[in-house]
Amino acid sequence: MGKVNLKKYLQSVLSVGKKLFIPYIMAGDGGLDALEERINFLSACGVSAIELGIPFSDPVADGPVIQRAGIRALKNGTTLEGVLERLKAFKESRTVPVIIMTYLNPVFQYGLERFARDAEEAGVSGIIIPDVPLEEEGLISGVLRKYGIAHIRLVALTSPEKRAKEIAVRSEGFLYAVSVMGTTGTREKHDAEVGGYLRKLKKISPVPVLAGFGVSNAEQARNLSSFCDGVIVGSKIVQLFNEGKREEIRRLIMDSVSVGMNV
Amino acid sequence: METYTMPDKTGRFGNYGGRFVPELLMPALLELEEVYEEAKNDPEFAEELDNYLKQYAGRETPLYFAEKFSRVLGGPKIFLKREDLNHTGAHKINNTIGQALLTLRMGKKKVVAETGAGQHGVATATVCARFGLDCIIFMGEEDIKRQELNVFRMELLGAEVRSVKGGSRTLKDATNEALRYWAGHVNDTHYILGSAVGPHPFPMIVRDFQSVIGRETRKQMLEQCGRLPDAVVACVGGGSNAIGMFYPFIEDESVKLYGVEAAGEGLASGRHASALARGKDGILHGTLSKLLQDEYGQVKEACSISAGLDYPGVGPEHSYLHDLKRVSYTSVTDVEALEAFQLLTKTEGILPALESSHAVAYAMKLAKTMKPEETLVICLSGRGDKDVEHVKKRLEE
Repeated sequence: MGKVNLKKYLQSVLSVGKKLFIPYIMAGDGGLDALEERINFLSACGVSAIELGIPFSDPVADGPVIQRAGIRALKNGTTLEGVLERLKAFKESRTVPVIIMTYLNPVFQYGLERFARDAEEAGVSGIIIPDVPLEEEGLISGVLRKYGIAHIRLVALTSPEKRAKEIAVRSEGFLYAVSVMGTTGTREKHDAEVGGYLRKLKKISPVPVLAGFGVSNAEQARNLSSFCDGVIVGSKIVQLFNEGKREEIRRLIMDSVSVGMNV
Repeated sequence: METYTMPDKTGRFGNYGGRFVPELLMPALLELEEVYEEAKNDPEFAEELDNYLKQYAGRETPLYFAEKFSRVLGGPKIFLKREDLNHTGAHKINNTIGQALLTLRMGKKKVVAETGAGQHGVATATVCARFGLDCIIFMGEEDIKRQELNVFRMELLGAEVRSVKGGSRTLKDATNEALRYWAGHVNDTHYILGSAVGPHPFPMIVRDFQSVIGRETRKQMLEQCGRLPDAVVACVGGGSNAIGMFYPFIEDESVKLYGVEAAGEGLASGRHASALARGKDGILHGTLSKLLQDEYGQVKEACSISAGLDYPGVGPEHSYLHDLKRVSYTSVTDVEALEAFQLLTKTEGILPALESSHAVAYAMKLAKTMKPEETLVICLSGRGDKDVEHVKKRLEE
């Protein structure tokens, strides 16, 4: 599967009554050779799309698990260029859309236009850049639009209502609702206010709303999904891959999207 | 020169600066900007700040004519702006007092900060003790080992020092961790950033609070010499003392400004901290500026004998002034800084911090090109007592 219209794709998944589940993996963790196999494995588990992290030396939005995965990937010599080439090589055999999550600097050094062009050729459907808020997105939104790559915006618990609305209206593909105060990584539970926050976003967003950060088990996933369109699970998946616990990944995904269990 | 009005409303100094942070932090940055604007226009705030600077920090600091040092070098009259005589021993307190007052104004009761050698950590812990604010300081594990006494000082002042084990375990990583902590506690915590780096409005706020250095120097030069200095030299890591010294002189074209970066083991060795000399445009810690990085945009580790200059980036305004050619940026090595440290100590009985020794070292070179009737000001940003043990080790090697 090459680049798709992410919003339409996700809406088609939702239209058959399913919730969305997007796992995050770190490109190059376990070696770049593991990338295709891991994406295929996750696709077979029934995920809606895959968020692929590009390692960066200073990932300020990430907690310890993803930080360590990034360090492993960088030690393996992972580069944005290498990841895009690899994605391009097996794009036809993929069965779910790929979204890239990267801090701005690796893309900035790669060249913004060159990145958008190469990402499109590699079949990337969307991009998430956690260190580019509304105020700075002019730098990159133009080239992403030119190459038809969905620019997924992040909204936070601290975003005032008017601002949240502006972010939602601008977001392409889906709206990434950061559902904790802080960085990525396992939380025992989410604050009680998160349900209301997601429900509010769901009301104002023209694109699907996914909750991410801190989601680490199926119960949390089902609970949060009941307020919005689905979840993104990062640190837990990264950790399970690193520990070689694939069966647990499969179970986590299956149990998270299973219908009817959350009522 | 035309009126200088940087940064613009979006926090840009030309192409540099900006606010490249997660959305979670944006509302806090916007609030800080708003509260700062209000404070800036509030005469009561200015009065309170001035009072603390005077009564608590010990300002104004002297502009000292280093007659003997000048004579030894045989060039211009050299003056030292004695920021080392501030409370806590460096210019850092100018900024932490200001930001602590802003913290109170925002109704926040907790503070987080990063520190490298511990100077900013101590200055932050100090004002937190004074104003009754809870204080957490992030410090790299390496730096904690190297600066045990400063860790103890901060703890005595009531701060909690948290060890950072990620990355190179130095200032860059402490800053990452402070930003992460802030994201998790932004509703009740203010981040007192210690240098003229980070997302807008920090580079502007830190500059403004540090500008007391340049304003006093300007006034003192006029009083003592009846005219402005011909040259002003300051060291640049993130660049807070330098921008504070330079800013009030920017429109005075006759005053030549020199920023001195750390060349570590030499620019050619690759082991240095000279972001302006060898860096490329890049984004780190929320700002677009010159940055030491590899071709893939991964940030490189900086290297300098002075922990305070050991940072791979530099404040965005310095990148702008560099491109504008209003400030000449240069660099000196560890060895040159050590020589300067010793010479100033022996001739004037003043121990400069290793950071400030970089400015002294370049001033020694510059002096050779200047005439006896000319004047040169060195920003002596901090005292060197903290570095004595380190210098001893290096000299014994």
